[in-house]
Amino acid sequence: MRTRDLLHLATESLARARLRSLMMLIAMAIGVASVVVLTSLGEGARRYVTGEFRALGTDLLIVLPGRSETTGIQPGMFAGETPRDLTLGDAQALLRIADVERIAPLVIGSAPVSARELSREVPVIGTNSDFLTIRNLSISQGQFLPPGELDRDMAVAVIGSKVRKELFPKGDALGESIRIGERRFRVIGVLGDSGRAIGFDLQELVLVPVRTAQQVFNTESLFRILIEARDRDAMPRVREAVRKTLMERHQGEEDVTVITQDAVVATFDRIFTALTLTLAGIASISLAVAGILIMNVMLVAVSQRTAEVGLLKAIGASSSQITALFLTEAILLSILGAAAGLVLGYAASWLVGRIYPSLPVGAPVWAVLMAVGIAVASGVVFGLLPARRAARLDPVLALSGRK
Amino acid sequence: MIEIRSLSRHFQVGEQLVRALDDVSLAFEAGDYVSIMGPSGSGKSTLLNIIGLLDRPTSGAYVLDDRDTTGLSDDELAALRSRKIGFIFQSFHLVPRMTAFENVELPMVLAGVAPAERRERTAKVLADLSLTDRGHHRPAQLSGGQRQRVAIARAMIMEPTVLLADEPTGNLDHVSGADVLASLEALNTRGILLLVVTHDEEVAARARRHVRMRDGKVVIDQRTGPVAAPQ
Repeated sequence: MRTRDLLHLATESLARARLRSLMMLIAMAIGVASVVVLTSLGEGARRYVTGEFRALGTDLLIVLPGRSETTGIQPGMFAGETPRDLTLGDAQALLRIADVERIAPLVIGSAPVSARELSREVPVIGTNSDFLTIRNLSISQGQFLPPGELDRDMAVAVIGSKVRKELFPKGDALGESIRIGERRFRVIGVLGDSGRAIGFDLQELVLVPVRTAQQVFNTESLFRILIEARDRDAMPRVREAVRKTLMERHQGEEDVTVITQDAVVATFDRIFTALTLTLAGIASISLAVAGILIMNVMLVAVSQRTAEVGLLKAIGASSSQITALFLTEAILLSILGAAAGLVLGYAASWLVGRIYPSLPVGAPVWAVLMAVGIAVASGVVFGLLPARRAARLDPVLALSGRK
Repeated sequence: MIEIRSLSRHFQVGEQLVRALDDVSLAFEAGDYVSIMGPSGSGKSTLLNIIGLLDRPTSGAYVLDDRDTTGLSDDELAALRSRKIGFIFQSFHLVPRMTAFENVELPMVLAGVAPAERRERTAKVLADLSLTDRGHHRPAQLSGGQRQRVAIARAMIMEPTVLLADEPTGNLDHVSGADVLASLEALNTRGILLLVVTHDEEVAARARRHVRMRDGKVVIDQRTGPVAAPQ
């Protein structure tokens, strides 16, 4: 039989059984569409998160206390298991390394912040003036923390816009005094909304000089040190120098971890790729269900067309031709279903993209190929059983209408 | 051209062994016109199915055009059916979604004949059976006699050597039946072997050789005319 004739016969019988074909088409389309939509959501989340991290600057080194062999995000980063503390002295030493553009030591804690009778629990970050540049922050009113020696204790604070709104609902916050823990601070600036600080809401933050924060939280250690290299090429040199400097200062013991922003990005990249894979796997189940539906409907089709199969055999069709005929129908259906599913899936992704413009949705190529591949493969696999059942029909019984 | 030696076909129905064909030996020559009669269950349809290569004998030999068909694979049997055998069924067995033209064309489609040649041959066979103006009609739009003539056209399209008709007039009125028989007999005069299974004495009487069956055996085999049809 010629391929064109085979396709013609298959499309003709599909076209005649319109409702049945449509049903299978829809099932397959839903399967493929759900793969496309779910993976494009996962991919969108991945791109969004890694994009956010990239925007923090990829020429950034992060020093945290504690040694871990693997790179990336470690439990210590958040929990702060500290064998030996990072100190302000360490930070000052790092400033002397060549190619270090700027550094920002960080102390982080949470404290009740109050102005007159209003009080709220707010994350407090102790840092220095360079934090503004490193994190691309902006100032909407007043000024940022003043430049100067790291160990200078000053009772000044820069507050987020939401903190300002909450604590000073009526008037201007600049020059007013607030209380953080037991100490009194003068508000010298209000943060704008731009800039990034993953894990914190910038609008709900209070920034104070690092030495002052240490006193508020009664600690000598730093949560971490952010280091900005002069450029990307200097990163390996700076990284090595940071390691050496801190080793010397810590009695030859390598008890800090230096990670790059790239490593963080790579970690999130892996996490979200895994997430997308999971979503793809879940969506693939609907593809398999669609395949089983195709099998059932094809089995019904075979029994409805028993007499036709008998006739085809009587006029010279071989078993392999009968198999090919039914298999072609199943595969055609899954290809058409996959195509419809792609259209549907892309339309839905586009819609999501319109509703959430900040989410860069878009199904990854591998997911689309996988969806179409599984769709066609399930057409083959689940079409094979009905097709072979048709091929095995006894022509004598089939022609007489018995099975 | 057809030789059947000691052919048996047994079916197991529940506990019982049914001998649909029991040690039957027959030979048919090209150009003959044979009627096969017998009560229901006498084995005439089974004989026809075996001759048509749709069924395999339990034992015995069947030689078609000097070729022993026992032991051939399914695909080889399909190829033989395609080239040598034309079937006519009582209930026509046309594919309802296809036009008359497509139904007639179907054996050639399966055999992989080129489209241009298919069109030419189909048109010619339809013309021979006065069906030219029915080519684009679907079976549902045709009368019974027309449907059976389309079936005859389909059986003829591969130019087989044997035409097997199982109650070809069973679903037709008298006039259409006569029409259909005339069409079959016209093909027989061109040298094709025509085997007609029927219950109808009148139909059977038109043949030149008469085989009567009972309980899986041939009980009468009588010739009333010459093997080759008068030209």
